[in-house]
Amino acid sequence: METIDQIALRQEEAEKAGSAPVIVAENLRKSFGSQTVLNGISLTVHRGETLAVLGRSGTGKSVLLRLVIGLEKPDSGSICIHGQDTAGLALDQMGEIRKKMGFVFQQAALYDSLTVEQNVAFPLLHHKKDMSKAERSDRVMQLLAEVGMEGNLRKMPSDISGGMQKRVGLARALALEPDVLLLDEPTAGLDPISSGEIDDLVLKLQQKYHMASIVVTHDLHSAKAIAGRLALLNEGNVVIEGSFEELQKSNDKFVKEFLKQS
Amino acid sequence: MIDQQAIAVASFDPPLPVPEAAVLSPTASSSKGLIMQFLEWFGDLGMFFWQVVRAAVTPPFEFRELFRQLDEIGSKSLPLVALAGAATGVVLSMEARYSLTRFGAKSLLPAAIVFSVIHETGPIITGLVVSGRVGAGIGAELSSMKVTEQIDAIEASAVNPYRLLAATRILACILMLPLLTLAADCSGLVMGWVAQAAVEPLSFHQFINSGFKGADFSDFLPPTFKTMFFGLIIGLVACFQGMRTQGGAAGVGRAATSSVVLSSLFVILADVVLVKLILIFFP
Repeated sequence: METIDQIALRQEEAEKAGSAPVIVAENLRKSFGSQTVLNGISLTVHRGETLAVLGRSGTGKSVLLRLVIGLEKPDSGSICIHGQDTAGLALDQMGEIRKKMGFVFQQAALYDSLTVEQNVAFPLLHHKKDMSKAERSDRVMQLLAEVGMEGNLRKMPSDISGGMQKRVGLARALALEPDVLLLDEPTAGLDPISSGEIDDLVLKLQQKYHMASIVVTHDLHSAKAIAGRLALLNEGNVVIEGSFEELQKSNDKFVKEFLKQS
Repeated sequence: MIDQQAIAVASFDPPLPVPEAAVLSPTASSSKGLIMQFLEWFGDLGMFFWQVVRAAVTPPFEFRELFRQLDEIGSKSLPLVALAGAATGVVLSMEARYSLTRFGAKSLLPAAIVFSVIHETGPIITGLVVSGRVGAGIGAELSSMKVTEQIDAIEASAVNPYRLLAATRILACILMLPLLTLAADCSGLVMGWVAQAAVEPLSFHQFINSGFKGADFSDFLPPTFKTMFFGLIIGLVACFQGMRTQGGAAGVGRAATSSVVLSSLFVILADVVLVKLILIFFP
């Protein structure tokens, strides 16, 4: 009989070998009132892989991410992270899984009463209790340097631009060295240059940390730049999933229209 | 179009009507519907309370945030509570003097002031002042965090928001209310004496000796410690209303208002029950 630790170890080894996916979502359904948002979506993401979820506004892309991290509960279907089904987990149990996950919110969601430095230090302060103040400070500096924000330690979130807020949000999401990264519209509301910078940054961090990532976006250029695989959502379903070239070859009317307009 | 409000709130609980809004709403037509909403609200409050208790008694404990809240709720409410207590002491002194003189019982004036302040006016004034200042503050802060996804960000960072945000604030309210009541009592008694001495010379020593003659700890402790329940009510209602907010800036305003209105109302209602219980158990 295998212990939980042995199962986790076996899962980790399989994930590293690429044979076991890190994120497995099966037949997810989610409605809000009479509005069906997701209608039986399934997806898998392996270690080191980035999946971009595309679609029109209001097709449930962000809801999908919130389901994966457990901020929403699916009406039916299952989500497994590192082989563990997240259904029915209590908040603290889900917290153990979330320690290995990073989430970048669409509006960054930085804590507005904390400085940039304190925002990034927040997860470390709560989960790395054995870390000394100096070590924590070094780690925060390293993270902020990685996203090009090392010169803004003492600034409040309200004093920096939207693009900078997203960088800080990204640094905060990486603080606990997650092996799952979820990004909700990382380039939304940014100018083309800032968008490009964020794309480069995500790509660089992805190559460095080999995380399993899901990027939700409606920006096809961004998706093409940072993801190896794309999934296009429409009316709660995945219309097509594959590489950008596979999307281009599709004869589906919606896929063609989406690519044409993007 | 996805209902964004519903999405924003769904990580804690399903979107539910705010009772105050429902009471004021012209669309809340039937009394049966109102009763159902009222019961639903209480049910959700009960579940929220259970979540908070469960989070509060299991580690890791958020001592840093608790101390911050003790300062925020306690120290920063002190001047306001002391001022309200002082004003009450003066008014009581003036009113009691007028009434007691009419009935030829002027010698009872110090005792009347002391008993009124420590038995009822000190605790209830503290409860109401704190529910105004702290209730609105907690309601507005948490609701603002809710609509800007900061509470979701806390949860996504594997930190239990019930433990970090709600338990610390509620506990700070529970611990601080008796201390603030003491401050209100002291300032009320001092200013009651000042108002008395301004009309008729009387030393503070005489005032206190005469006022506390016949009083014992059972006159002082139960009314002071009953404010722990007021603290529980204020913290719980404000955190609940804040963390279930929906609807942007308007929602923040509604949460702040309903936190104050509901916590003040429940403090007064709880006082009725607690006074009766104190009279039964500490006759």
